[in-house]
Amino acid sequence: MTHERTGSEGLSLEESAGYDRRTLDYIQRAAATGLYEIRGLGAKRKVASFDDLVFLGASLSRYPLEGYREKCSTKTVLGTRHARKPVELATPITIAGMSFGALSARVKESLGRAATALGTSTTTGDGGMTVEERSSSKTLVYQCLPSRYGFNPDDVRKADAIEIVIGQGAKPGGGGMLLGQKVNPRVARMRTLPPGVDQRSASRHPDWTGPDDLVIKINELREITDWEKPIYVKVGATRVNHDVKLAIHAGADVIVVDGMQGGTAATQTVFIEHVGIPTLAALRQAVQAIDDLEMRGKVQLIISGGIRSGADVAKALAMGADAVAIGQGVLMALGCNSGSYVADGRHVSAIEDYRRLGTAPGFCHHCHTGKCPVGVTTQDPQLEQRLDPAVGAKRLTNYLKTLNMELTTIARACGKQDVHHLEREDLVALTVEAAAMANIPLAGTNWVPGS
Amino acid sequence: MEGVKQFDLAVTPLREVNRYLHHDVAASGVERVKILNADGAHSIAVGLNVPLDIEVDGHCGYYLGGMNQLARITVQGNAGPGVGENMMSGSIRVKGFASTAAGASAHGGLLAIQGDAALRCGISLKGGDIVVGGSVGSFSAFMAQAGRIVVCGDAGDGLGDSLYEAVIYVRGSVRSLGTDARFEPMKASDYEAVRELLDAAGFEHDPRDFKRVASAKSLYHWNVDANQEY
Repeated sequence: MTHERTGSEGLSLEESAGYDRRTLDYIQRAAATGLYEIRGLGAKRKVASFDDLVFLGASLSRYPLEGYREKCSTKTVLGTRHARKPVELATPITIAGMSFGALSARVKESLGRAATALGTSTTTGDGGMTVEERSSSKTLVYQCLPSRYGFNPDDVRKADAIEIVIGQGAKPGGGGMLLGQKVNPRVARMRTLPPGVDQRSASRHPDWTGPDDLVIKINELREITDWEKPIYVKVGATRVNHDVKLAIHAGADVIVVDGMQGGTAATQTVFIEHVGIPTLAALRQAVQAIDDLEMRGKVQLIISGGIRSGADVAKALAMGADAVAIGQGVLMALGCNSGSYVADGRHVSAIEDYRRLGTAPGFCHHCHTGKCPVGVTTQDPQLEQRLDPAVGAKRLTNYLKTLNMELTTIARACGKQDVHHLEREDLVALTVEAAAMANIPLAGTNWVPGS
Repeated sequence: MEGVKQFDLAVTPLREVNRYLHHDVAASGVERVKILNADGAHSIAVGLNVPLDIEVDGHCGYYLGGMNQLARITVQGNAGPGVGENMMSGSIRVKGFASTAAGASAHGGLLAIQGDAALRCGISLKGGDIVVGGSVGSFSAFMAQAGRIVVCGDAGDGLGDSLYEAVIYVRGSVRSLGTDARFEPMKASDYEAVRELLDAAGFEHDPRDFKRVASAKSLYHWNVDANQEY
């Protein structure tokens, strides 16, 4: 039983800042199990984020566009540097790489259908390409991961772009993880693993090491695809300046930088919370790196990790990203952390299932267990039925559409006919931390910490 | 000569050669392709999907025959890192030595290396067969998931670390086994497998001289009491 403080107990019930109840729970859990905690989703700690920035809408010194009438383009082209067939999207909002295995085939189908409806792309994950996602996605980015699970030349040829994954924001330097309960026969077959095994992916690619090798690896993929498809390189945000420059030197068409708020299906909590830098800081460094090499407009930048709203997208673009990728927001649009799921057109409560996991809607991060109460992050044949692909596609289409409308609303208010014309000068920061990380002046001042 | 097409990489850019092998050769009636002056070029004959004999003259750089399907490739020379990486089917024969990560993540097909193979031979193997006439370097078969590796010489340190279902047969000495790898007794099916693979690769050894290395499967599931000491 936890003792609720009323404030009148004085020092007799003073909680320690260093050994608060969360820390006590952590220590006692470690003592009981001898194993680190593994969970899903992203960092829960509060870090400087896009919430700490605001736009300076147009007024006398700038001229706004009519918010509901005048054209504001969201067209986004990725992979113009070397690829013969760059990826052309109707919006800069893309769907991040998430594995079949972490997600069910039905969820993958929902993602594909929604992305296709919006004219954007979806991305495979650490488990290969499923028929469901290829057939439902007009534009599909195929990940080449350290594990190479299910990676094969037929799917390389079917892909619209290839993303070489070096790391992930939730766990830069770590490999993927899929606990046995989610490794059902189909997942196992696609990954060439025994069913039920606690699968731990490699953290390094098997056939190349370091940036000089990456040049050669990228060229091999270009040779295999006759220089047709864009090659993305995805890094988890740590030493962003160096990593982005090295990826550009290695010949990437598109750089994907995933900040520490980025999600995962299963990773050690210590990794999620303590490795990597916030998306805001990562974006600023990535843009700076691209500018340093004078590659703006030649190499495109996708930022991900905690992008939730149209405002987040607009701020990311204003800071210099060409596009964003969303993972967790997409899952939440499908019903992740909702108290109910939709069956036969009716909402059915899932509260009891959350309770069995020891959690409640709004707090759940049990993707790793495969027992997702709303049927999103599961391979269980019963649970996965809780997500109807048509319902999921509709919900996700609505979510992405809303983001796109919010994005253009802000762009028009800043006087931009194209969302890619949003610029740093349109932003100010609300906190000193955000101002310093984003290199954007503190609101009401000309002060950028450190300059 | 009908049925044979020849390219000289000193004259024709690699990109053109690969494009020809991807798109034009299938309907051309050509059954054999010779590639001259490899001269260390990377990504020669990658991404093929046609049952064709290809002979490469000279030493190759990285990823010779990468992602190969169906093609039968022979290298008259040495092969650089990642030869036959992610191969699906067909065969690659290296008459010389192979560098690191030979046959990495190969799902199928046969990779036969006459000489030695360097570090991480057969890393992440997913079902392909690798036969090495000489020795393999350290960390070979790391995380190998399925498939078979035959080593006619010796193996370095950490052989078969974190193995899944792949099986390794070694004729010579093993400097050390990796975590979770163990020697197991040879059964009749193992002798048959070694015989079949030696025959396919064209090496003459007695299968009875080989030892079997496979996974002890102690890493297949989290062990709470292990205190992460592995």
